[in-house]
Amino acid sequence: MTVSGPAGAPTLQPQLRRTALRGLAGMDRLATVGAVLLALIVLAALLAPLIAPYPDDGGSATHPLEALLPPSGAHWFGTDQVGRDVLSRVLYGARTSLLIAVAVLVIAGVVGVVLGVVAGYAGGWVRDVIMRVTDVFLAFPALLLSLALAVVLQPSVTTVIVAIAVTWWPWYARLTASVAASVSTRGFVDSARCLGVPAPVIVFRHVLPNSLTPVLVQLSLDGGGVILTAAALSYLGLGAHEPTSEWGLMVQQGQSLFTTDWWVVTCPGVAILITAFAFNVLGEGLRARLAR
Amino acid sequence: MLRYLTRRLGQAVLVVAGVVILTFVIMRLVPGDPAVAYAGPRASPAELAAARARFGLNDSLPVQLWSYVRDLLGGDWGTSLHTRRPVRDDLFQAFPASLELVGAALVVAIVVGIPLGIAAARYKGKLPDLSIRISSMLAVSVPVFWLALALQTLFASGLGWFPVAGEYDANLDATSPLHVYTNITAVDALFTGNWPILGSTLAHLVLPALVIAAYPAGVIAQMTRAALIEESSRDHARLERALGFGETAVLTRFALRPALNPVLSLIALVFAYSIVNGFLVEAVFNWPGLGRYAADSIRSLDTPAIAGVTLLVAILYVVANLAVDLVQGVIDPRVRSR
Amino acid sequence: MIRIRNLAVRIGDRLIASVPELDVAAGECVAIVGESGSGKTTTLLATLGLVEGAAVSGEIRVGDVDVLTAAPADLLRIRGSRAALVMQSPQAALNPTMRLGTLMRRALARHGVKGGEARSRADEAVAAVLLDPAILRRYPHQVSGGQAQRFAIALALALGAEVILADEPTSALDVTVQAEVVAVLRRLRDERGLAVLFVSHDLALVSTIADRVVVMKEGAVVECGRADAVFTRPSDAYTRELIAAVPRLPGHSGERPGEEET
Repeated sequence: MTVSGPAGAPTLQPQLRRTALRGLAGMDRLATVGAVLLALIVLAALLAPLIAPYPDDGGSATHPLEALLPPSGAHWFGTDQVGRDVLSRVLYGARTSLLIAVAVLVIAGVVGVVLGVVAGYAGGWVRDVIMRVTDVFLAFPALLLSLALAVVLQPSVTTVIVAIAVTWWPWYARLTASVAASVSTRGFVDSARCLGVPAPVIVFRHVLPNSLTPVLVQLSLDGGGVILTAAALSYLGLGAHEPTSEWGLMVQQGQSLFTTDWWVVTCPGVAILITAFAFNVLGEGLRARLAR
Repeated sequence: MLRYLTRRLGQAVLVVAGVVILTFVIMRLVPGDPAVAYAGPRASPAELAAARARFGLNDSLPVQLWSYVRDLLGGDWGTSLHTRRPVRDDLFQAFPASLELVGAALVVAIVVGIPLGIAAARYKGKLPDLSIRISSMLAVSVPVFWLALALQTLFASGLGWFPVAGEYDANLDATSPLHVYTNITAVDALFTGNWPILGSTLAHLVLPALVIAAYPAGVIAQMTRAALIEESSRDHARLERALGFGETAVLTRFALRPALNPVLSLIALVFAYSIVNGFLVEAVFNWPGLGRYAADSIRSLDTPAIAGVTLLVAILYVVANLAVDLVQGVIDPRVRSR
Repeated sequence: MIRIRNLAVRIGDRLIASVPELDVAAGECVAIVGESGSGKTTTLLATLGLVEGAAVSGEIRVGDVDVLTAAPADLLRIRGSRAALVMQSPQAALNPTMRLGTLMRRALARHGVKGGEARSRADEAVAAVLLDPAILRRYPHQVSGGQAQRFAIALALALGAEVILADEPTSALDVTVQAEVVAVLRRLRDERGLAVLFVSHDLALVSTIADRVVVMKEGAVVECGRADAVFTRPSDAYTRELIAAVPRLPGHSGERPGEEET
């Protein structure tokens, strides 16, 4: 199988040795747009307490008298069913989404890379066992396994992170294993082995650093998928709960109001769309740039 | 080839075995006592004990796993706690409905995605290409549940062009009852000549199918474009140009065929993905498929039902992957020796 | 048949091929020799307007059509029917998903030849390159490199091309098969008066077919003239180097090149 990411992205060539940063230089305009968008979103998330017009509305504040006001100068994105400023909640929601994305990618990345590099270096039955376990987890669609796990673990942001990470690591394990297997056949690994360097040192000092690049690029490609899955879980009520600002949750809470008070659902929905779009075009541009 | 086939099949069987075990483990972790869920909160201790014995909850875990596997192989997928029917029967009813929806969506996605991919490759780097790339990126980035809500609000509740929810108008069951053969309503209605139900089903299909089609259409367009661009830069494309064929002819009459190979693999994989993605859409449009069944099961902590859905979809994934690998093995001799 | 004047192909500021003057007459074989990167393939492709991502200036005529100013439809029409390409890598040049006969039929239909006329032309062309007609039912991976190259020549014949542009047509083949392919080209030149523009880095091979030779280096023509003159009395130092590197050639051994058949 040649599909390497949940979004169906074709696999990177293992011999890629350039860094992601160098790739940024010659990207096409669309990817640049993605990078700028993403930078703005990260900035918005970091500065939410400073730039949100009503910082308290990111949390549990309620203003029943100002419920469901349409967009205006005072509330650019209107207010929600308990009178909170939707713009402020969308800004705080960026924090939740990015936090989930980063946490999932770090956890899944570390687990996947470690298992993958061990499988790739060891080969033989160790590789077979790890790869079959990986296949089992890959056979579970991310959303479905997350659903089952979210039921088991009780709804919360942590649950979402754990549930998605559990379904995401196999992609990185598989990718790293194939890269590490080819790295392990190179001369410097052989010489290290002949010199009697212990296997763990070879694996983590020599094979691992030389197998990372494709995974790092794949991680940047997957941010959009993680954010969409997290939003879906929250929408199903299996993730963040009140009063946390979370885009999927905001859509769920406002869905009955779509006909009458469109802004309550539209603003968080568009926020998810733009963030996933920014990740996807940026990742796509990086890959195209590095594949050259 | 035979060796490749058997090895690949063996791997698939191993993966399915792993899937069964993992499903079993997750179901053991579900909070709440299945016996209570089945017998009801006011059940007497005797009834509870009977329910326990019935589900084999008193046995050790390995014994439970063994009897679980034995039952599965024997076609017994357990009894749903919330419908009180065999899970297998429930799945036989719900899966065709999901298949109908996702099938319709994939037809739309292929019909839209491949021509868009061709157009983008034909005008690479120009305005049509840019706009197709942007729209396909938007299509894969849109949260399905939100798109479902938006289209439902706009075209069903708002403009009234399409029905809001359901698979077909239930009143038709009285006036023109449907004879069920495949459980795929549109197919049954078509082959029994039940035009009112067919029309109603198609009208109900439009919005949810469009929503589910967004993601596959986007990735198919992207993959078609990439594969065509690669194929049209190969030597044979140069020869075809040198034979007097224009760019469009080179793309559609020569490059498309070899380029479709990766696209077909993608479609098989995206099919399994779309079944699950469709869960969210089924929830919004109240479509009587696997998604709604799964949602109901999760809400009532219906362990056997959740396990059944999980297992079915996971097996679907394994089969889709297997099909892709085998087809590629037939086409490309190099794959076989991997 | 081919007339090139002041051809210059540029990518950005870089001149990748520059040919002041090159003519190929009917019944004549002109070879362009040089190392890879010398601009010889670029010159060949420019003849059909097939150079991509580069600016081409000067004058190129194939028959009475000016390639650089022709309307796109006219350019497409002369490709194949006037001048046909034979490429370096035999199998990669053929679409892997298409039977050779399908390619032949489509190419003929593209130039307005259909039905029984197409069939008889295909059979005649395949026979002319000494292939079994059964080859038309095969896929590219089912034929040998030599067969694939002869099929490419058959395509040109079937389409009625007067010029064959051969881009290293034998470098991917082994020696005996090379000789076969060259023999076919030589025979067609002599019997049918085809013009052949032959690009190669293999001087020994070139000496067996070329009437005239153009030597290119780093995008520029360093020497041109009659084949025997170039091989026996090279005027350019680079040409002498090339010839000295080939043991079978006259500049080295003092013998006449293998041109006895012309």
